[in-house]
Amino acid sequence: MVRINGEMIDASGKSIAQLLEALGYSPQRVAVELNVEIVPKASYSETFVKDGDSVEIVRFVGGG
Amino acid sequence: MIPTYEEIYSALAERHGAELQKKLSLARTAVCGLGGLGSNIAVCLVRAGVGHVRIIDFDRVDISNINRQQYFLEQIGQYKTDALYEILKRINPYCEVVRTNVRLNEKNIPEILASEDVICEAFDDPESKAELVNCVLERLPEKYLIAASGMAGLFSANAIKTRKIAKRFYLSGDGESDVSEGTGLVSSRVMVCAAHQAHKAIQLINEEFQEEQK
Repeated sequence: MVRINGEMIDASGKSIAQLLEALGYSPQRVAVELNVEIVPKASYSETFVKDGDSVEIVRFVGGG
Repeated sequence: MIPTYEEIYSALAERHGAELQKKLSLARTAVCGLGGLGSNIAVCLVRAGVGHVRIIDFDRVDISNINRQQYFLEQIGQYKTDALYEILKRINPYCEVVRTNVRLNEKNIPEILASEDVICEAFDDPESKAELVNCVLERLPEKYLIAASGMAGLFSANAIKTRKIAKRFYLSGDGESDVSEGTGLVSSRVMVCAAHQAHKAIQLINEEFQEEQK
């Protein structure tokens, strides 16, 4: 199980890009931390999560 | 008659204590985007006696900004950097306010923000927000970064929180209320979020900075 924004999800083996798509996030409007390290945008397709990982997806909405 | 540097400094130090005031006066901050968030963040920082504020925007003051941004009617048409510079200098003429009149992008961000310590993300467009945050986290990992997401509408002001996302990355807002969903931006709620960001900046300067820094 992978902890995604505090919730345990069966996502082991998926890439960050796949996770974002499955959870309905726009890759252009997020920042993603994997185990408290930033995942570079260019690496979303080649970065895979495994059991025990913790992912934080920060979503930006408009307004400021 | 405008007070001297020493008079303003000692008035601030009397409020904040000598130790905090020293740290604030040595802090280098940047505000990226000078709208409802950024103009209010910058005013908070300068009122608190932060010694250096870089203000960054490419846009001009518009009549539609007046409902929530710090500008005055006679400033309509001016560059926001110039208009806010005037306002900040009226609050504290001895604060080093640096105007950067550009549109930030991932190419110019590392150079423009290289010498700042605390960076406030205050854009309105979600893709610009994400671009700045990703660029700072990837390229300038030693910086403190305080971003915002979700402050539109008339929802509870108490829903706006600041949380720590990573070692030096904080996020203010409710995370959800999007301006594009028709709720609009109301001065009070935008200012709550701006104040959250400015307050986190001041807390970090107090907690993480040394008095002798720079």
